[in-house]
Amino acid sequence: MKAHRVNQISAGLTGLAALLIVAGLVVVVIDAVLGGWGALSWRFFTEEPGDDVSEGGVFPAIYGTVVLTLLMTVAVMPLGVATAIYLHEYAPPHSRLARWARAAINNLAGVPSIVFGLFGLGFFVQLLGKAVDHVRGGGLHYAQPGLLWAALTLALLTLPIVIVTTEEALRAVPVETRMASLALGATRAQTLGRVVLPGALPGIMTGAILALSRGAGEVAPVLLTGAAYSLPTLPNALSSQFMHLGYHAYVLSTQAPDVEAARPMMYATVLVLLMLTFALNLVAIVVRSRARRGST
Amino acid sequence: MSVAPPHPPKLETKNLRVSYGSLAALEPVSLAVRQHEVFSLIGPSGCGKSTFLRALNRMNDVIPQSRQEGQVLLDGQPTASLDVVDLRRRVGMVFQKSNPFPKTVFENVAYGLRIGGIREKSVLAEKVEKSLRQAALWGEVKDRLGHSALSLSHGQQQRLCIARALAVEPEVVLMDEPASALDPIATAKIEELLHSLKAQYTIVIVTHNMQQAARVSDRTAFFYLGALVEVGPTEQIFTNPVEKRTEDYVTGKFG
Repeated sequence: MKAHRVNQISAGLTGLAALLIVAGLVVVVIDAVLGGWGALSWRFFTEEPGDDVSEGGVFPAIYGTVVLTLLMTVAVMPLGVATAIYLHEYAPPHSRLARWARAAINNLAGVPSIVFGLFGLGFFVQLLGKAVDHVRGGGLHYAQPGLLWAALTLALLTLPIVIVTTEEALRAVPVETRMASLALGATRAQTLGRVVLPGALPGIMTGAILALSRGAGEVAPVLLTGAAYSLPTLPNALSSQFMHLGYHAYVLSTQAPDVEAARPMMYATVLVLLMLTFALNLVAIVVRSRARRGST
Repeated sequence: MSVAPPHPPKLETKNLRVSYGSLAALEPVSLAVRQHEVFSLIGPSGCGKSTFLRALNRMNDVIPQSRQEGQVLLDGQPTASLDVVDLRRRVGMVFQKSNPFPKTVFENVAYGLRIGGIREKSVLAEKVEKSLRQAALWGEVKDRLGHSALSLSHGQQQRLCIARALAVEPEVVLMDEPASALDPIATAKIEELLHSLKAQYTIVIVTHNMQQAARVSDRTAFFYLGALVEVGPTEQIFTNPVEKRTEDYVTGKFG
């Protein structure tokens, strides 16, 4: 009777915690919808901002956020997956390199995002950018904030997520399956390519999804490395500056000439950012479930 | 009058010794497996029989810190001098727990062939069918070649693993308690299979089940505490062993 009671309480408390999470998300979404629904219009999605940022639309910001997030994914996935493969498949036990790499990953995950922004500005923009411009000649292109540097900065920020989830996915591939492949005369590389990676693919896609959602919502790193206050033209090169939904929400809430008038715009921008993150997630989840079906 | 020397044994070990770190898993073992025989390894858990089996196709290499001394000879050639990929294609293995890949039935059997560079569809189809027939599975799966291997029953999955090992046409097949996780009917099927495979392959089988060893094998080796105790014709090991420990084990005094 007593054990039963404890069980009930524990189920109740843990259930409450889960409920709080859902409630938190629901409140945020409802708040964004209530505040921003009225400002949503075809024009809002398709036009650029007016001279006063509290007028017009946010299309350049949507476009900039999507392109930035995709570029980030393209940059982070190969590096993150390769690192995880090395750590889990190739690094000898007690390897010093592996130990340092793990320590670096853990610390990287704890660095505040504004520090990534400052690092991106100092390392990518001012150091690498200057070097690239010097080699290319022909003036200032890469030694200023731009799409490429912002994407790389975000890639660094999301790298630990990709590495940790990929390693987890590799660990989940049963030893017996690897043994079966090796016993058939497959090399380690063949086993990796034909059995381990296909088996780990759904888990790796999960890492990509998490990185995507995290990257799409970060503002601080891109603030210093490429996002523009207001830009009527779309980015057309890797060195272009771009508008960003998160940064735009910040601009509308604090920098607009009339903050009160800009409020519905701000809510609507947040709403669009949320929808965009959900949409990117949805695409990745569909891709993942395809991969899962293919492997079983 | 001198007798012409018989063929060299198919597989032979000379003072084969295996240790994991500081733990000696196998005391020096010297024995020979003849071509086209079913050779069974019996003994209680932890006696070294599986370690011995894995040494024959160098699967112990995969285990960190494992060390192997002495020699394993395949057709008189030391396996240490062979490319490990070639060795494992010639000496195939079936594991205790069926471990099909999460791929289709067809792709499971074709795996070793594809690894070996075979691409022609007709050749693959022909060899897959042949191996599935050899493993007495063709009739049950011929309409489900495109289905996931994981949709088969456990008994079918284990026979699929046997077909997968046979597809690369090995000379020796090592089996590590292939029927220990199966029900009696599936076990009987595997045992029947061993009889029919003998004509073409040399089979070394580890088993926990002494009736099984008595039913399927020509010769038997008894291992105890990491050492080879006795080896001989199966009938002799079970009815008239030389060693007291062998007798105690086969009569069920300990196990």
